[in-house]
Amino acid sequence: MTARIGVVTFPGSLDDRDALRAVRLAGAEPVALWHREKDLQQVDGVVLPGGFSYGDYLRCGAISRFSPIMEMIIEGAKEGLPVLGICNGFQILCESHLLPGALTRNDHLHFICRDQKLRVENNSTAWTSSYEKGQEITVPLKNGEGGYIADERTLDMLEAEGRVVARYLELNPNGSRRDIAGVSNAAGNVVGLMPHPEHAVEPLTGPTTEGLGFFTSILKQLVNV
Amino acid sequence: MILDTTEHAAKTPDTPLPWAELGLKPDEYERVVEILGRRPTGAELAMYSVMWSEHCSYKSSKVHLRQFGEKAPASDTMLVGIGENAGVVDVGQGYAVTFKIESHNHPSYIEPYQGAATGVGGIVRDILAMGARPVAVMDPLRFGAADHPDTRRVLPGVVAGIGGYGNCLGLPNIGGEVVFDPCYQGNPLVNALCVGVMRHEDIHLAKASGTGNKVILYGARTGGDGIGGVSVLASETFDSTGPAKRPAVQVGDPFQEKLLIECTLEVFAEKLVVGIQDLGGAGLSCATSELASAGSGGMRVELDTVPLRDSSLSPEEILMSESQERMCAIVEPGHVDRFMEICEKWDVIATVIGEVTDGERLEIYWHGEQIVDVPPRTVAHEGPVYQRPYARPDWQDALQADDPSKLARPAGGDELRAAVLALVSSPNQASKAWITGQYDRYVLGNTVLAQPEDSGMIRIDEETNLGVAVATDGNGRFAKLDPYTGAQLALAEAFRNVAATGARPLAVSDCLNFGSPEDPAVMWQFAEATRGLADGCLALGTPVTGGNVSLYNQTGDTAIHPTPVVAVLGVIDDVTRRTPIAFAEQGQLVYLLGETRDEFGGSAWAQVAHDHLGGLPPAVDLEREKLLAEILISGSRDGMIDAAHDLSDGGLVQALAESCLRGGNGARIVVPDGVDAFTLLFSESAGRAVVAVPRSEELRFTDMCGARGLPATRIGVVDGDALDVQGEFTLPLTELLAAHEATLPAIIA
Repeated sequence: MTARIGVVTFPGSLDDRDALRAVRLAGAEPVALWHREKDLQQVDGVVLPGGFSYGDYLRCGAISRFSPIMEMIIEGAKEGLPVLGICNGFQILCESHLLPGALTRNDHLHFICRDQKLRVENNSTAWTSSYEKGQEITVPLKNGEGGYIADERTLDMLEAEGRVVARYLELNPNGSRRDIAGVSNAAGNVVGLMPHPEHAVEPLTGPTTEGLGFFTSILKQLVNV
Repeated sequence: MILDTTEHAAKTPDTPLPWAELGLKPDEYERVVEILGRRPTGAELAMYSVMWSEHCSYKSSKVHLRQFGEKAPASDTMLVGIGENAGVVDVGQGYAVTFKIESHNHPSYIEPYQGAATGVGGIVRDILAMGARPVAVMDPLRFGAADHPDTRRVLPGVVAGIGGYGNCLGLPNIGGEVVFDPCYQGNPLVNALCVGVMRHEDIHLAKASGTGNKVILYGARTGGDGIGGVSVLASETFDSTGPAKRPAVQVGDPFQEKLLIECTLEVFAEKLVVGIQDLGGAGLSCATSELASAGSGGMRVELDTVPLRDSSLSPEEILMSESQERMCAIVEPGHVDRFMEICEKWDVIATVIGEVTDGERLEIYWHGEQIVDVPPRTVAHEGPVYQRPYARPDWQDALQADDPSKLARPAGGDELRAAVLALVSSPNQASKAWITGQYDRYVLGNTVLAQPEDSGMIRIDEETNLGVAVATDGNGRFAKLDPYTGAQLALAEAFRNVAATGARPLAVSDCLNFGSPEDPAVMWQFAEATRGLADGCLALGTPVTGGNVSLYNQTGDTAIHPTPVVAVLGVIDDVTRRTPIAFAEQGQLVYLLGETRDEFGGSAWAQVAHDHLGGLPPAVDLEREKLLAEILISGSRDGMIDAAHDLSDGGLVQALAESCLRGGNGARIVVPDGVDAFTLLFSESAGRAVVAVPRSEELRFTDMCGARGLPATRIGVVDGDALDVQGEFTLPLTELLAAHEATLPAIIA
């Protein structure tokens, strides 16, 4: 039996199909979840995909955070449910206070879409165990509000606890503090990532296939359990 | 305020109406009166005036556009032709693809961000209305001089608008063009293309049939945006106390459009609609009259049921409003509840606003009183048609006589080297990464090729790897020198670009951007360009499936260059066999396909080095284009070529520079004996491409070219980290890259 990984569609989610595809290519069973349902359909992990849920109105992720399914996800995450938030999903996780910090307008004020080099800083989270610690990968990045910020004390804490999951290399594309591309919660089951690993899972359509590791990591962990 | 009902209009024949302010000519207004047998009501006048506008009625261009049908090549792939929201093409395996290109030029000059954004939104709804899931967008753009201060206002706004809307909508932007020329200073061209995919059985049409079927308006509420000239009616004649000035440019909400797409596709999947139309130009006037006109019966609409954003809107304004993100569906009564459920699921507002009747009239009521009673065909499909006078301009001969052969040419390696750097760093030939880096090209996960490749390519079936490729091209400089040839060159270039990626060209959509049709010289350009395009499509076997005409792109008496932008759609059975432009592997052989002649009229070199436009554009040989395309497609399918790049603006050296930079590999080029290096590198002869051939495939490839009679000249090898034209100059890729990439950021910053 393989793992069931849910992908939530909010109004305005855009990369939900891509995340479902990545889950499938990694060998897990993709399960489409709907924002209005209070039912996680017994999934073993959840991906909050990229996009512009609710049109980014108010603040990115601020409205989605209150959708019925998020109640279940917040509850589950506190009990160890693996959750990966990509881009808008990362923003929703920060708005939900499952992750510290916030994501703000890119420092150069433009939307940016580029193939981004990253270093995986922590391979002990639920979503990064397929990588070597310090492994360099290239995956697409595309955001308008991807600048990660938190107060200095929080940033120091994240560094000290090894909760910086990935860092931008060569170019900081959005003004993120300390080049942070992704962070995790203290338990390591909740990860937020601004770049898009689900767009780097096939040689035909991605710059690399180095994003697949996020999805094989969760499968490995769940099947080992 | 008295409601101007049909009854009131019949009783008050002498009430003066602002038909002239609304753009109707005296004889056009007379015709309206004749059709109705009385003066029109304010609402009727609003409908006729906007539907009979140039934009909606094609009254000046219609007589020329007919050629696209009359000269259409026999094609067994065309499923839906010109006249619907977009044409539909059979691409095999039960799939149909629809695509169309449209202009949003004037709004984008007034308000660059919203003008460009709603241009994307409008074309996406056209594609959606055919029953297709939109899968990609492209944007051919034209701006004034790169260093003009106003370009700094218009360009960033347009780019942000396209990105802001398209990115938020979740459609990959896979290509387009960016061209600078002073002729577009007050008239930037913002064209937008969308491609959609569906199964054959899912094709939907814009018609209202079946008496008793419900007319459902769904999507955004109707507001006061985009009303334009019609506010004359509302604010001056009928209600001088109401809100007077309303913005003529619509405001887009891509989030609402995303919901509209998902909701509409779900409604299609459950087969709940009989007919469907998007609301674009002319809003409800257009949608109701077109649906009724194309259907079998009449239609009755209760206009006061339309959900409003602004309760002070008059009925005329509601009819004219171009508020975005709205659709109109015809639904059988038994399906209405399910239709509403799906709309509710997606948080989309839906309202039954009327029904299909067994009469032949379009009747619109306002709180029970009739304000419109018209034969819908007279509004939608039987508008005025003009035979505008046209004449070859008196300056055309002098322009063509101003031959580029007199221009000083670079001599020797150093001058050639400098000319190459000047070319690749010129605004038109420089890297457009600053722009395209603001567009999401990855979303949906099916983008196989995107700019700066020759065409954008999308996988449409993950199991079989079936895909489509689209390229858009246009060269206003060529078309200015000779509109007939210029239109064919645009077609040939787009055709070649599709073939260069390995796809077989199937069909054409066009966006014809011209000056004022009231100027006989412009009308001649239009007549010549459409004739050239129709003849070209016949010769290449690629029918025109639809498109758009944008006239009045001129400031005072000065028109833009005639700018036919041509989009070609192709199909590729296996996208894993696509050919990119990159020289990816050292040691591969570089071949030039086709013949190079001394052709510099309208060339990029003449513009960059001498700011010159004169002479004749390159000659077109469409049989040669077909042969070249066959070679490129076969070479791709059979693994004989690993890279291909079409030769167009900037000629061979521009293509070599781009292929080297894209692949991160240099090339050693040997100028063949007896060939002039400058002509070889900079000429813009059509019907050519450069390819990289693995050594193991060389014999097979040259045999194929030889057997089919296509000239193929080995000109070098992929090698090193410089573009090295032996005996002439060497350009390290780092220097080439810096020159290529620095220009645009410097202009905009």
